[in-house]
Amino acid sequence: MSAYAELFNLSKTFPSPQGERVIVRNFNLTIDAGEFVTLIGHSGCGKSTVLSMVAGLSSITAGGLILAGRELTGPGPDRGMVFQSPSLLPWLTAFENVMLGINQVFFTAPLYERQQIAEYYLSVVGLADCMHRRPRELSQGMRQRVGIARAFALKPKMLLLDEPFGMLDALTRYELQGVLLELWRKNRIATLMVTHDVDEALYLSDRVVCMTDGPAAEVGDIVPVHFPRPRDRASVMEHPDYDPLRERLIEFLEIHAHRRPSAVPGERSVALTA
Amino acid sequence: MSSTSLPVTATPGSPASASHPFRAGFQRWFSRLDWFVLPLAGAVAVLALWYLSSATWAKDLPNPTRTWIASKPYIVEPFAKRGELDQGILRFTWLSLILVAKGYAIALVVGTPLGFLLGISPLFTRALDPIIQVLRPVSPLAWLPLGMILFGGWKGANVSELAALFTIALCAMWPTVLNTAVGVRAIPQDYMNVARVLKLSRWKTLTKVMIPATLPYMFTGFRLSLGIAWLVIVAAEMLTGRPGIGGFLWQQYNALIYEQIILCILTIGLVGFVLDRLMSVVERRFRSV
Repeated sequence: MSAYAELFNLSKTFPSPQGERVIVRNFNLTIDAGEFVTLIGHSGCGKSTVLSMVAGLSSITAGGLILAGRELTGPGPDRGMVFQSPSLLPWLTAFENVMLGINQVFFTAPLYERQQIAEYYLSVVGLADCMHRRPRELSQGMRQRVGIARAFALKPKMLLLDEPFGMLDALTRYELQGVLLELWRKNRIATLMVTHDVDEALYLSDRVVCMTDGPAAEVGDIVPVHFPRPRDRASVMEHPDYDPLRERLIEFLEIHAHRRPSAVPGERSVALTA
Repeated sequence: MSSTSLPVTATPGSPASASHPFRAGFQRWFSRLDWFVLPLAGAVAVLALWYLSSATWAKDLPNPTRTWIASKPYIVEPFAKRGELDQGILRFTWLSLILVAKGYAIALVVGTPLGFLLGISPLFTRALDPIIQVLRPVSPLAWLPLGMILFGGWKGANVSELAALFTIALCAMWPTVLNTAVGVRAIPQDYMNVARVLKLSRWKTLTKVMIPATLPYMFTGFRLSLGIAWLVIVAAEMLTGRPGIGGFLWQQYNALIYEQIILCILTIGLVGFVLDRLMSVVERRFRSV
């Protein structure tokens, strides 16, 4: 049985005056169909680089990507992307922003069907009453709701979330995590999310992948998260495994926070795949 | 203690305004009308300087009264046509505006795509930037003879009009070119990422993302270009002798009739001001999107 999405020996290097600068080295990960995987690590460790390589926005130096049996080259709407900043086009309304992608993916469908798709997803994320407003008339949280609706509306094979709630206040973040989880429960799209919020990772994901610090970041530890779904925040946090898992993740981050980048050993044996 | 000190330390303004109610009233009146009074004072000062100059050191300069009397027929009958170079002031203005509109249109049609190319392609920028920087400061007075030479050989063509259009377009183009290029380079990477993730075609990326994102910059360029186009018109009409506000000015000077020159200067200034205001209204509309 093969995995739904496979990242094998994904590497990223930049040429620099001091020779090759290795950002990510031999990153291996498999994601099952309908699985929610989260990448955590310190800021600048290269986790966003991994995500943008999967998205096709950043070139891959070595290694490769397979999604649903096909090797990926370059970006495409088969991977729904939610950026850290909502990245909405300010001259289009929320509805038009979502339609831009829908028109691209479902170009054979009649117009009213495409409009229904946009209206459906905007309603599900709670924007039924303000879908015809422009981004500047929406709050930061509402803009990110549009970003989530835009990603799901394309019915992508995979969902890529790049610290989607990083710019929001705590209350809005909780709300949007709920919105995301609800949409994901209905659609069960294989998801790769990047975050540095340990609680967010535990609440949302099936597995948490810890990345070692860059340069030359790799997979450090993979932590399975077996809270029953559908989840709600209270029962997840009361689960007897919650605190030990949280402890384990934070401990990992702390160990790697104190490691100086220059002291990175050349070879490290790590668990590469789950 | 406090009861005796109270009247002594009363608010500093109150005894003054109580003893000088007139001054307080004047201040209130002035603060309400200063938008009108101050510009009027400035205009009166300039008029006084003009009177003084024409009476003392600049004997050839007609004073404001003589200017007004000589200019009156051109103002009260603004659309009269008494001869090719003797027409009402608005009729001349209209002729000039048409010429500017044509030259300006050429500047935008050529300048905007050129700016886009410069913004998109670093190679193109490296190739053309030096020559643009050299050509940009060249005066319209220098371009006009070149235009005459370029179009001089065209049979049946209105050479002076073509040369004037060439000059206006060439001088007015640069702000549009440079601002569009800056605007294209300033398109946020986020917007381009959206276009890439959605796999928009080149055409859709251009029309749905790049052009809307660049519009505010483009319109700043358009506004500056219009200002230059209007500046150039006078020079172009002077040298080609075309009827228009600048041609009229030059003709009156050559005919030693100095009274209407100030009229022409004021008209050119007013029209330029109005054009700039109109363009900034349009510009602000696009900026707010």
